[in-house]
Amino acid sequence: MKILVCISDVPDTTTKIKFTNENKELDKTGIQWVINPWDELALTRALELKESSGGEIESITVINVGSAASEPTIRKALAMGADNAIRVDIEPKESYFVAYQLAEAIKPREFDIILAGLDSADYNGASVGGMLAELLDMASVSAVSALNIEEGKVLVNREIEGGTQKLEVKTPFIAVVQKGIAIEPRIPAMRGIMMARTKPLEVVEPSNANCLTENLVYELPQPKGACRIFKEEDIKELVEVLHKEAKSI
Amino acid sequence: MTLLVYTENREGKFKKATFELLSYAQELAKNINTEIVALSIGDVSPDELNKLGNYGAKKVFSVKDEKLDLLDNKIYTAVIADILEKENAKIIIFPDNLSGRALAPRLSAKLKAGLVSGVVDIPSSYDPFIIKNKVFTGKAYASVKVTSDIKILTLSQNSFGIKDPSSDTPQIEDIKPDISCIDSNLKLLSVDMVTGKLLLTDAERVVSGGRGMRSPENWNLIEELAELLGAATACTRPVSDEGWRPHDEHVGQTGKIIAPELYIACGISGAIQHVGGISSSKVIVAINKDPDAPIFEVADYGILGDFKNVLPELTKAIKETKGS
Ligand SMILES: Cc1cc2nc3c(=O)[nH]c(=O)nc-3n(C[C@H](O)[C@H](O)[C@H](O)COP(=O)(O)OP(=O)(O)OC[C@H]3O[C@@H](n4cnc5c(N)ncnc54)[C@H](O)[C@@H]3O)c2cc1C
Ligand SMILES: Nc1ncnc2c1ncn2[C@@H]1O[C@H](COP(=O)(O)O)[C@@H](O)[C@H]1O
Repeated sequence: MKILVCISDVPDTTTKIKFTNENKELDKTGIQWVINPWDELALTRALELKESSGGEIESITVINVGSAASEPTIRKALAMGADNAIRVDIEPKESYFVAYQLAEAIKPREFDIILAGLDSADYNGASVGGMLAELLDMASVSAVSALNIEEGKVLVNREIEGGTQKLEVKTPFIAVVQKGIAIEPRIPAMRGIMMARTKPLEVVEPSNANCLTENLVYELPQPKGACRIFKEEDIKELVEVLHKEAKSI
Repeated sequence: MTLLVYTENREGKFKKATFELLSYAQELAKNINTEIVALSIGDVSPDELNKLGNYGAKKVFSVKDEKLDLLDNKIYTAVIADILEKENAKIIIFPDNLSGRALAPRLSAKLKAGLVSGVVDIPSSYDPFIIKNKVFTGKAYASVKVTSDIKILTLSQNSFGIKDPSSDTPQIEDIKPDISCIDSNLKLLSVDMVTGKLLLTDAERVVSGGRGMRSPENWNLIEELAELLGAATACTRPVSDEGWRPHDEHVGQTGKIIAPELYIACGISGAIQHVGGISSSKVIVAINKDPDAPIFEVADYGILGDFKNVLPELTKAIKETKGS
């Protein structure tokens, strides 16, 4: 069985977001780039499965659509333990464009399980996984919070509004993963970091893809008015305000 | 051409989010002079379907087929695409929740229709079609131009009010989709539903606790206040990681994203990843003993003090206000 993990290269979650060029572009100065948190957890789960599957999982590949600038992030995924990597050599423009590039790169290869994250911490499209599934004409399971392989059967938990379903899924399929898939992301060990340097990272040419949307301009939320602070002894007054002014109780 | 709204039921009932979606659609439909068609999948009674008309749907397609009970995204997408084509719908609106996120992207790729997820406003322009959504985990907004003929939107919850219902009833058309030849890769083994609890994503008020609550025993204070307010309870990530509270209560970037009318944060520092999940709440009240806690930067009101004193006092004061 072969697993593919889609990884997107995003600003660290603590980054203060700023824009440049008349708010048309993200200001990349000082940003630290990381593997999108969901993708990091997806990869962690894939590694756990490989280690516990007794040889059933042959390899774990990671794939990224991005310029050479995303290679440090890809190397980190290799250092965590992925066996090899593919980079489609083009700057991501929007979700459909990315999903199309991924689909074209995946088509000539064979994977049994493809993992993507619920959403990326940059443009939050929450779309690439589902789009990819449709472009590959594959089954997809969204909001996957657990993935197990038992006696050759693939079992997943899927979150639905107000509960969880347990499903058995025939491969190949795409799992869009969320909270629960793994607890803590794996931290690369020194040995992994050394080995990552020599693991195969294949760079493939982009395809000719259309864009369906275009981000024209960005804005930051209006700053909130100052917080009105009440002391412990003034709680009654706050309740009055919440009741009469804010009308929230 | 029409505007299609995907209406989701839970056990045969439509929730507030559906009426919000329709209220939003009314605004768009008025601006482009078209009508709203609602799509309902599953077993819903005619009375319940009529409610969709009260909120602006002129026509309702009610799709029923046992095969759809499995919620196979691929089959759902095929069914929805089929109806869209027949209706010549040009704008399709989903809720930005688990099902919207599961279906909208597949449909987008199938129809080559641009998708804007997490929309927070009506379009600023219809030709070209430009609309605002949340990006960078709620830290910014983007104005997005959709260049395809068909447009798909997912609407952020609670970003648009609900209009008063009318007494209009819709024309209802039952549809039995032709999906017998599509095989599913999924087999349902079991379902585990949360029962007897107000769901976070449905709640208008939320009382939430962080690591500052010190230990799970102290949650009775949160629960008491929540019960009084008819609120759901929530927590930060470390709290659910510690096992103090169930995982489905975790809010934030890696948990649930919510936008209630009132969010009360108690013993929560206000880390950026937490705030990403609650910043769209209408009113935020923070309880913290540290005047420099970052939660006060996003809160509208704050109480500086120890939760042990503040929560009982707050509960008491609210009881008195409600009583009077
Ligand atoms: C990739 C990533 C994703 C993350 N996603 C999320 C997420 O989705 N949701 C989330 O919540 N976190 C998330 N986190 C964690 C986040 O960074 C913070 O660590 C977390 O939100 C802090 O939780 P807290 O506020 O409960 O605890 P703390 O930061 O420890 O804050 C406790 C607060 O309680 C106050 N306090 C202490 N005692 C009292 C008292 N007696 N009375 C009143 N106040 C008191 C303190 O002053 C302090 O402000 C994520 C982190 C990472 C790296
Ligand atoms: N540039 C990219 N390269 C590879 N995978 C990506 C890329 N962008 C997004 N993805 C995948 O799609 C998921 C959802 O991203 P998005 O649809 O952008 O919110 C991410 O968690 C990744 O798994």
